[in-house]
Amino acid sequence: MKIVASKPELCIGCKACEEACSKVLFKDTDAEKSAIRITPINGEGYDINVCNQCGECIDICPVQAIYRNKNDIVMIDKDKCVHCYACAGFCPLLAMRYHKDVVGPFKCISCGACTRACGTGAIFLEDIIY
Amino acid sequence: MECKLSNNVNVEALKAKHVILHESNFEPKEIYRGYADRSLYVNLTTNEVKVKPISEEMKNKFIGGRGYGMKYLWDAVNPDTRWDSPENEIIIAQGPIGGITQYPGAGKSYVVTLSPLTDLPIDSNVGGYFGPLSKFCGFDALEVQGKAKRDVIIFIDGDNNKVTIEEAPEECVNSHILAEVLTEMYADSEEDKRNVSVVSAGLAAENSRIGLLNFSYYDLRRKKCKLKQAGRGGIGSVFRNKKIKALVVKKTGVKGDLNNPYDMDTIVKLGLKLHREIYENDKDQCWMRVHGTTQLIDAMTPHDLLPVNNFQYGQHPEALKLGKNSFEKMFDLGKPDGCWYGCTLACAHALKDFEIKTGPYKGQKVFTDGPEYESLAGCGSNCGIFDPVALVETNFYCDTYAIDTISFGTTCAFIMECYERGIIDQEVTGGLDLRFGSWEAQMELMHQMARGEGFGVVAGQGIHRLKRLFVEKYGLDRAFLEDIGMEMKGLEFSEYITKESLAQQAGYGTANKGPQHDENWLIFMDMIRNQMPTFEDKAEALHYFPLFRTWFSIVGLCKLPWNDIMPADNHLTDEPAKVPEHVENYVALFTAVTGKDFSKEEMLLQSERVYNLQKVFCLKMGKGLREYDYPPYRSVGPVTVEEYESRKELYDKQLIEKVGVDPEGLTVEDKIQALRKYREEQYQTLLDAVYKRRGWTLNAIPTLEKLKELDIAYPDVVEVVSRFL
Ligand code: SF4
Ligand code: SF4
Ligand code: SF4
Repeated sequence: MKIVASKPELCIGCKACEEACSKVLFKDTDAEKSAIRITPINGEGYDINVCNQCGECIDICPVQAIYRNKNDIVMIDKDKCVHCYACAGFCPLLAMRYHKDVVGPFKCISCGACTRACGTGAIFLEDIIY
Repeated sequence: MECKLSNNVNVEALKAKHVILHESNFEPKEIYRGYADRSLYVNLTTNEVKVKPISEEMKNKFIGGRGYGMKYLWDAVNPDTRWDSPENEIIIAQGPIGGITQYPGAGKSYVVTLSPLTDLPIDSNVGGYFGPLSKFCGFDALEVQGKAKRDVIIFIDGDNNKVTIEEAPEECVNSHILAEVLTEMYADSEEDKRNVSVVSAGLAAENSRIGLLNFSYYDLRRKKCKLKQAGRGGIGSVFRNKKIKALVVKKTGVKGDLNNPYDMDTIVKLGLKLHREIYENDKDQCWMRVHGTTQLIDAMTPHDLLPVNNFQYGQHPEALKLGKNSFEKMFDLGKPDGCWYGCTLACAHALKDFEIKTGPYKGQKVFTDGPEYESLAGCGSNCGIFDPVALVETNFYCDTYAIDTISFGTTCAFIMECYERGIIDQEVTGGLDLRFGSWEAQMELMHQMARGEGFGVVAGQGIHRLKRLFVEKYGLDRAFLEDIGMEMKGLEFSEYITKESLAQQAGYGTANKGPQHDENWLIFMDMIRNQMPTFEDKAEALHYFPLFRTWFSIVGLCKLPWNDIMPADNHLTDEPAKVPEHVENYVALFTAVTGKDFSKEEMLLQSERVYNLQKVFCLKMGKGLREYDYPPYRSVGPVTVEEYESRKELYDKQLIEKVGVDPEGLTVEDKIQALRKYREEQYQTLLDAVYKRRGWTLNAIPTLEKLKELDIAYPDVVEVVSRFL
């Protein structure tokens, strides 16, 4: 499966990835609507936070709204979701997102738009096997 | 009546036998800021169904849940009404916060009726989907009055905005079957089953006063109904006396915003914070997600708080067999075990393929909810039974037959003590060898109750009535039975030893509904941490905690996510026992749902109104004065020589240091008497302080000033109180 992997040491904090992600998911430029998040660490470099498709949230969901698609990417079925945010609270990486203008949680769908927007190679798609 | 397992049952054939007695449509109604502002009233004598508006006055004063239940019941009954009178009602109400999916523990319903055990209003909280789903049909409460002639199902169909009353002659009433059958019957498909919830009782509820109600919810992964219980006070017996076979609700399309709250953003943020707290801290704190409440066995035993052999002792060498390690191995873990969407504290664990060894389901493998602490302590240690596998079966049958594990366990323990002491024999028990430790006899007692036979029916009347029978028919010593029969106001004690905690003795003693711990659990604060040294300190706690805890019951929340999970730095706060950060969460949550300004003070005021109405209600029904708050001595101190000897050092030391009596040279009986005199005086002194703090007279009557202050000095309330003042 392809996940968004990162080399934080290459990140320059331009946040082009956040904008790209927000556009793909919500046709918006609001960085708060991005599934990938870049946060400065005390002025020393950047933390890159994004879902690694581990699937822990699948078992937490009370209505089986979270599943792996045919590419093994962890997806949310909006029709089933009852907006409890258990998945967000229980994501080990805190990579399941909430935004007040979005109905229900959202997450990285591993489309790679962010990696294409990144000019330094700090994020990239990587093939992994769980 | 067919009582086979569901996969053997032809649901279509059962349904074909239904006869529609009433069918009507209601206007759909969206919830606004937590309220539908309507209730559904059903009269089973006349088959009348009404949609009743809920007034602003009612909403502002009584808020919801237990508040609504108490007010409706108050209006419905008179002092002569008993549990089986047609005018008695069963009210199931939710509360404004109930039904949100984002904050753990928000799916509770509160059930109120006149109890067959106490003749007083009883309230019991319960999970499962019935409450939230019926709210989303547009009703904050369901009121059922009257009595049907034959077994009926009341079906609230929120998809077609329709209510039916259907005669339902053939389904088995035992809940583990009935919930499955009716879920299958009323759901359109497998996916649709989570949109159906069933309220049901069982065979033993029909033949006893200790019946409970099961509220179902469908577990999508296990493809089974799970059941949660409104356990206390015999509500299931009222339900079956009204010939209700089941209540069924159906509502598809549950989403997180159906409460139409004022401020969703705050609700989600509060919920996210608590989910994370549970994720990070549960395994450092209570392990609810793994052990549920079974861990309390392990927590109580070292402090001599686990009832053993009818509350004589507080521990036993085999006690931990009933604890968390046994159940961690048996539970089917790793799936969401919340009793409503979004409860990640998830205490409701279950077992699969559990093989039944006795009774009508002998040899069958069942999916069953696991026992809670109260069931393990009540039916287990308190009856001298320490086999966890046996206790799963006891719990399974209590649930499906629909009897309260607490009342059943405590009653059984009382009978066993009488039997072991030789003051009753097999002549009385109809041949049952009810020694401590005899699980087989305990189970036979329960099966008799379900069949409506023999001593089982006698035991099902509860300890209060057993004591009277033992005295009047068999000539037993009344004083001794009063000492060891663990009931007050007619309700059996829940499962904690209170001998060394004066505050908890009064916590049980002054509880409106009878000795149940949901109003107070003060033992650790009082006995172990010694945080309330004076009578005034204890009285303050006995004022604050019942009110704070009552609040859960009026807004529709579960108490467990308040203090069975805590912020990591809670111990650094001023008052860790109150869990201040969670109290702040609740204050914010109330505003976020209802849009009303709110504060900690207002929270207590809301509760105090309901609490005092319930108190006056007890007076109206003929109990409620101070004398009804006097506990059996077994809950206060050692009754027998064996009990004294079991903690001789402790008691001797207390005689010297507190009572001022030198135990040297005294007989054990004399020492018991000296200790008893002291402890009973302490209890009375504490009662004085508690009543004073609550704004009541020394005879436990709310004063007119108090009622006016609370804005509930309605003429009919004042009339009741004036009779006693
Ligand atoms: S959202 Fe979190 S829990 Fe779910 S797959 Fe991604 S990293 Fe794992
Ligand atoms: S928010 Fe939706 S996807 Fe996440 S656990 Fe709750 S129901 Fe499942
Ligand atoms: S803590 Fe347990 S009882 Fe309370 S709401 Fe959650 S699952 Fe239900």
